[in-house]
Parts: sequence; C-alpha cells; structure tokens
Amino acid sequence: MVDSVERTAADTAVDLELRAERAESRRGFLIGLPAYFYLVLFFAVPLLIVVVYSFATRTRTGATALEGWNLDSWIRVFSGTPAQVFLRSLALAAATTVISLIFSYPFAYWIATRTPRMRAILLVLVMIPFWSNFLVRTYAMKFLMGSDGPLSLLSQALGGEPVRILFTIWAVLIGLVYGYMPFMILPLYAALERLDWSLVEAARDLYADGWTAFRKVTLPLSMPGVVAGSVLVFIPALGAYVTPAILGGGRPPYLGDYIVSQFLSARNWPFGSALSVAVMFVMLIATVLYFRKGGRTL
Amino acid sequence: MRESTVPRPFVDRLLSAHGWLVYLFFYAPIVVLAVFSFNDNSRVGVWTEPSLRWYGEMFNNQAIMRSISNTLIVAAISTAVSVVLGTAAAISMERFRFKGQRTLDGLLYLPIIIPDVTMAVMMLLFFVQAFDLFAGLTGIRLNLGLGSISLAHIAFNISFVAVVVRARLAGMDPNLSEAAADLYATPWQTFRKVTLPLIMPGVAGGALLALTLSLDDVVVTSFVTGPGSTTLPVYVFGLVRREVSPLINAVSTAMLVASILLVAISLGFQRRSGGRAGLTETDEGDTDETAQMAGRLSRVGADSGGLR
Repeated sequence: MVDSVERTAADTAVDLELRAERAESRRGFLIGLPAYFYLVLFFAVPLLIVVVYSFATRTRTGATALEGWNLDSWIRVFSGTPAQVFLRSLALAAATTVISLIFSYPFAYWIATRTPRMRAILLVLVMIPFWSNFLVRTYAMKFLMGSDGPLSLLSQALGGEPVRILFTIWAVLIGLVYGYMPFMILPLYAALERLDWSLVEAARDLYADGWTAFRKVTLPLSMPGVVAGSVLVFIPALGAYVTPAILGGGRPPYLGDYIVSQFLSARNWPFGSALSVAVMFVMLIATVLYFRKGGRTL
Repeated sequence: MRESTVPRPFVDRLLSAHGWLVYLFFYAPIVVLAVFSFNDNSRVGVWTEPSLRWYGEMFNNQAIMRSISNTLIVAAISTAVSVVLGTAAAISMERFRFKGQRTLDGLLYLPIIIPDVTMAVMMLLFFVQAFDLFAGLTGIRLNLGLGSISLAHIAFNISFVAVVVRARLAGMDPNLSEAAADLYATPWQTFRKVTLPLIMPGVAGGALLALTLSLDDVVVTSFVTGPGSTTLPVYVFGLVRREVSPLINAVSTAMLVASILLVAISLGFQRRSGGRAGLTETDEGDTDETAQMAGRLSRVGADSGGLR
C-alpha cells in the first residue's frame, strides 16, 4: 500500500517534469514562430516556386506557361553556351580565391604577430573597407582603371601609354579580389590569432628551422581559416553580378549577369530559374564543405 | 609569444612591406575617388580646382534625393522587423529544444548561403505569383514597390541577425537566466532584465549588419523594385554601368562616409554596452578592449561573410 503510494508520487513527479519540459519546448518554438513563419512564406515558398518554374514552358511571347512540364531548361543548362558560362565563372571564382589567399595569408600572419594594440588598429583598418558599400568600392576601381581615369592620365603624363584594362577579364578579376579579399583575411586572422604559439616554440626548440616550423605546425593549424576564407570568397565570386557588370561591361557573360539577363532581357524565366537552382546547388556543396572543415570554429 | 616565434627581422620587414601594400590596394581607390569628388572639372580624371559643385548638384537632383529617402525607408523597416524576428529566432534556437528544430535551423541558415542572384529570382517569381493570386481573389492588382523591397530585405536580414545574436548567446552563461527564474522572475522579466542586456551587443551588431546589407543591396532590390521606388544603390548602379562621372563620385563618397560613420557609431555603442554588461571575452586572450571589439566584429564578419 505504502509502496504504491510512493510509486504514484514518483510517477506524478516524473509526469510533471515531463509536462514542464514539453511546455518549455513549446514556448521555445512559439518564441521563434513569427520568424519561422516569415521564412517559410517569404523564403521556402519562393524557393519552391523557382524550382517549379524551372520545369515550366516559355511561350513564344516570352511569357511563362505553367503547364507542359518538361526538362528542356535543365538540359540546356548543361549544353553549349550555358555550360561555357558556368565553367568560365568557376575558373574566375577559383582564380579570385587563389589570388586572395596568396595575398591574404602573409597579411593575416603579419597582423596576428603584431602587439595587441597595433593589431586592433590594423584590424579596424581592414573592417572599414569590409563594411563599406560594395558597389561604391567597385565603382572606385572603375574610376581608377578607366582610360580617362587618374591612373591612365598619370601614365600618359609620364610619357607612357593610356591604361587599357577596363572591360577585360583582368579588370573583373582585380575587382573581385578587391571586393572579396576581406572575407579571406578575417577568418585567416581568426585562425592565426588563436593559434597556440607554444606549439611553434616547441617545434623551434626541437631544432626545426623557421620555414619547417611554419610548414609543419603553423600552416596545418591555420587550415580551418584557409578553408573558411576560401569558401567565403568562392561563393560570392561565383555568383557575382555587380563586379562583372561594372568592370567587365557584361561581356563575356558570367553566371550572375547571364542569369539576370534571362529575366530582364531574354525573358526566358524557366531557363533562368534552372540556372539559379543550379548555382544554388554548387553553393550548397561548397557550404557543406565549409561546415565539415571547421567553419563553425570561427 | 616568445622570441623564437617572432619572424626574423628580414622576414618581418618583408611581411610589413607586403602588409602596407595590401592597405594601399584597399585604400588607394576609395581615397582617390573621394579626392576627385571635390574636383571642379567635368572631365573626371583631370584635376583643376577644388569645389563642392558636384555635391551641390547631388542635393539638387530630385531622382537622387527621392532614391535616398526610399533607401532609408526600406532600411529602417527591414532592420526593425528583422532585428525583432531574428533575435527571437536566435533565442528559440539557442535556448530551447523542440521537434523539427534542425529543419528550421537549416531554413534559418539558407538565406545566408544562397547567392544574391538566386534570392533575387526567387523574390521576383514569388511576388509575380502572389500578386496574381491576390488579384484573382480580390480583384485588386498590387504592384512591386517599397513594400515588396522591404519584405525581400527582411527575408534575408532575419538570418543574418539570428547568426550574430546566436554567437552572442552561445558565449553567455545560461545559469544567469535560470537564476532569475529561480527568483520568481517571469519569463518576460527574465528576458528584459537579464538576457536582453547581456545580448545587447549582439543585437546591436545584428542590427548594424542588417542595416548595412539593406543599404547596400543592389541585386535583390533591382528585381523587386517598381516605378518610383528605386533605391540609391540601384539608381547608382544604373548610372555606374554606363559612365564614370564626377556626380557619381560625389554620391559614392557620400555613401562611403555614411558607412564609415555607421561602423564608428556601432564600435562606440559596442564599447559602451560591452562595458556595462560587464562581459569579458575570455576566448580572445586580449586584454585590450579595442582588440576585443575588433575580434568580435571579425567574427561577425566571418560569420556573415561572403554571403552578400
């Protein structure tokens, strides 16, 4: 008798606890509900619409008929010109990433090895371009590079040739590196700054020379920063629209402006939708890589 | 750091030289642009004499002034809404466990990862469909404009705010809010008096990020803008594609100054609220407060990075 009363009391206690836990978890869900609802309505649904559109038909007039579902747009993504645009953009994004890495690593290393006070100042100096308007920074590059710009006039005044770099692939490349290099520097710096330097000391104590210690200790330990920075540069560089449009003059087309033109000039929405979904998949793969290789440690 | 890990003098000098060259690369274009915005000559590259002529023209340009007010309206609305929703989402994700959380977590991250162009396409097609549906139901035809731009900006800003606030929440001691609950504070009191003050730097950082993203956005906005609702970046982008002109130089310089001011204000704000909340960033290993701030900002930057 006593035993069963005790058991019921214990059960009730467990029950109450469970109920409290459930109420708590319901509260947690409800707190976030407005945001989740918003994202489902204004993000998940639009995403679904784009996927649906990529299987729709383009009519003669350039309108989109939501019937006669087919794979035409998807087949076109992997053929001829679109595939070339894809490859060109991949190559450009890869080049941007590698060049940014080459210049950012010694730069981040330099900042990380300064005194704390100096480091703070140097970092703020990186932050300013990072937070500045991207469009304006790209325009500044166009202004500088133009055949009528200060650089060109300076070169002519010194008896040289006018600078003819604007509207070439080099201008786009320089513009992308200029625009996205801070995204490389910051994670690299974060990785190097929290690096356990006593490990490097240990390597030196064991008679490793500076280069060997760097190669065997510093570099491997900063790898998460390298991966994170590379992904953070690669992703926006691949989908870049503003930079090629301003510095490349839209010719040859890169992914970003190619997609935009499907909507604004070519009026082939199903094909444009298929392209956008394809780009998104490439980004998702890159991002999964990022999270696997220590992106969260930032 | 000990003697043996400091780079050798020769290497160190090389690193320094490289470092300053990188800064030159970062700053030379914007400084030259700013200087030439005060140039009187309408041939952009030729310096004649300093004047404020182009700034005068900027203020007298109706289209520019209109687009500035559009930009500010959209930025204010989208920042306010996304800060509230994003902070709530961050608390819900970081402080609670519930069914379907992982799926919603993914949904919360996706807008950060997704490329600008895809987001723009999504928003355009969504509004086209939604307006068709609405017209079919009510007979009223809605148009793209400030409303659709704000809705689109909120859609990407919620996630950025949530990421920044979550980073702050993760570094916070959960015992503090539990202590408040033990002392019979209601959940709302706990939030107002304990959680919110502690995560305030994160909320402010998220707000700054949302504001900056909204003020800077070109691609998404240009897809969902309507007649008369052009924002400043979209307007400037249209000009910039075609030409280089001293007027654009002046507008660009004004935009640069605005973003630098924003960062300065936020650094000042973070310094104050960080001090008031009595938090120390132990993981930084830096005692210098400015260094902490920069470290915090860099994490925000790295988190948000790239994405837009």
